[in-house]
Amino acid sequence: MGEHTYKQFDAEMEEIRSGVLAMGGLVETQLARAIQSLRHPDLDQIDSVATDEQAINQMQVTIDHQCSQIIAKRQPAAIDLRMILTVVKIVNELERIGDEVKKIAYKAQQMQRPERLTGVRLFDIARAAELAEDNVQLALDTFARLDVNAAANVVSNDDAIDAAFLAIMRQLISYMMEDPRTITPALEIVFIAKSIERIGDHAKNIAENVVHVVKGIDVRHATAEQIRAEVAE
Amino acid sequence: MNFETIASRPEAAPRSSTQQTAKISVRHLDFFYGKFQGLKNINLEVAERRVTAFIGPSGCGKSTLLRTLNRMYSLYPGQRAVGEIMFNGRNILDAGVDLNTLRAKVGMVFQKPTPFPMSIYDNIAFGVRLYENLSARAMDERVEWALVKAAMWEEAKNKLKQSGMALSGGQQQRLCIARAVAVKPEVLLLDEPTSALDPISTAKIEELISELKTEYTIAIVTHNMQQAARVSDYTAYMYLGELIEFGATDELFLKPSRKETEDYITGRFG
Repeated sequence: MGEHTYKQFDAEMEEIRSGVLAMGGLVETQLARAIQSLRHPDLDQIDSVATDEQAINQMQVTIDHQCSQIIAKRQPAAIDLRMILTVVKIVNELERIGDEVKKIAYKAQQMQRPERLTGVRLFDIARAAELAEDNVQLALDTFARLDVNAAANVVSNDDAIDAAFLAIMRQLISYMMEDPRTITPALEIVFIAKSIERIGDHAKNIAENVVHVVKGIDVRHATAEQIRAEVAE
Repeated sequence: MNFETIASRPEAAPRSSTQQTAKISVRHLDFFYGKFQGLKNINLEVAERRVTAFIGPSGCGKSTLLRTLNRMYSLYPGQRAVGEIMFNGRNILDAGVDLNTLRAKVGMVFQKPTPFPMSIYDNIAFGVRLYENLSARAMDERVEWALVKAAMWEEAKNKLKQSGMALSGGQQQRLCIARAVAVKPEVLLLDEPTSALDPISTAKIEELISELKTEYTIAIVTHNMQQAARVSDYTAYMYLGELIEFGATDELFLKPSRKETEDYITGRFG
């Protein structure tokens, strides 16, 4: 895309775009901290996750305000309008990832009590969380580079996260049936697994929104194959 | 417009339906100001009882195209159009066309309000008298009808004998629209009708356009792209005498198919 005749419009759009990437970077850091705390419990890391979440919320408010301003002042059209509408949705997805990460960190904190660790391993959870982390990173790269081919990969990667979630659920159900004493810690892991699965969904939504910016088509609810076929046109 | 997702799109269905009855069909239209070619091979259809907007930078030919639709250009020597403009089954560019009858059927409102230096009543009755021989009572009814159509009746009913020149700019422009409507045209051509008006008068004219389109076919030239987006059903983007893109307004302002159009409507032009 070339430059606007109003250079200030370009500057405002770039500020919004950079803001989204900065917010995304903070969400990635926060998620990495939460995963770290799953593997190696660390109260400082968990406190940092909560602090990050507040900063992420503030960034969402700021970027939303910037988008409102640009709509009111510039009346963006076509790709500019799609970009602004998409940014509003993407910052919402990022804010919700931040919420889920905070939930994961709090659950990890509760699970540090030794009696709750009985019989349930966290290894699978941490693996699933890493898959989600990779996909969030790829979704943010998709936005940074407006890469619609990568967007299809984000959508297909989410299937692996969903599969990991189902595997964890099956494993936990087995534990709970064999030994009722594992029910409490298992339920806590269910909440963590659900948060990870939701993070995967948010990453997918970000990627789908990027396709809307670039191609002007709505690929929500479409399969990765349908998206690949559509963006190849 | 019912926006579809690719997940919901039926196989092989058209992505948008633009099937409308054409009121005016322009085919292979070239236009010349002396030796300068102002329009190059224009092909488009103006849909019946819809608003079609022409947008583009100054000098792109949008007003020229509008002026061909009722042959307003014929008033000026050295200007000529070649091609075909079909209106009611006839090519209006043909030599034998009665221009007065054509302009009664295809009315025009200009950028600057042009009330005649006479009363509000006579401004409207003047054109009607040229084409119809109405009784005094029927003329009164026609004047009221036209002023009602132009959303002017409430403001003008108690001062019909006052000069049209004494009205505000926005009222003068609505008076001109009433005058154009009074002869019961089929098509209204609006050449930047609000560019000299304040935002409230502009909003009244835009509201009027959306009401008039239930009965009339409207073509509007505007420099205000948001106005085109607000009032029109179809938009044509023109540049250097060529029609670059023509399509449903809903699509053109969200996802234009040509990069030139996108650059223009997003302010990346020049």
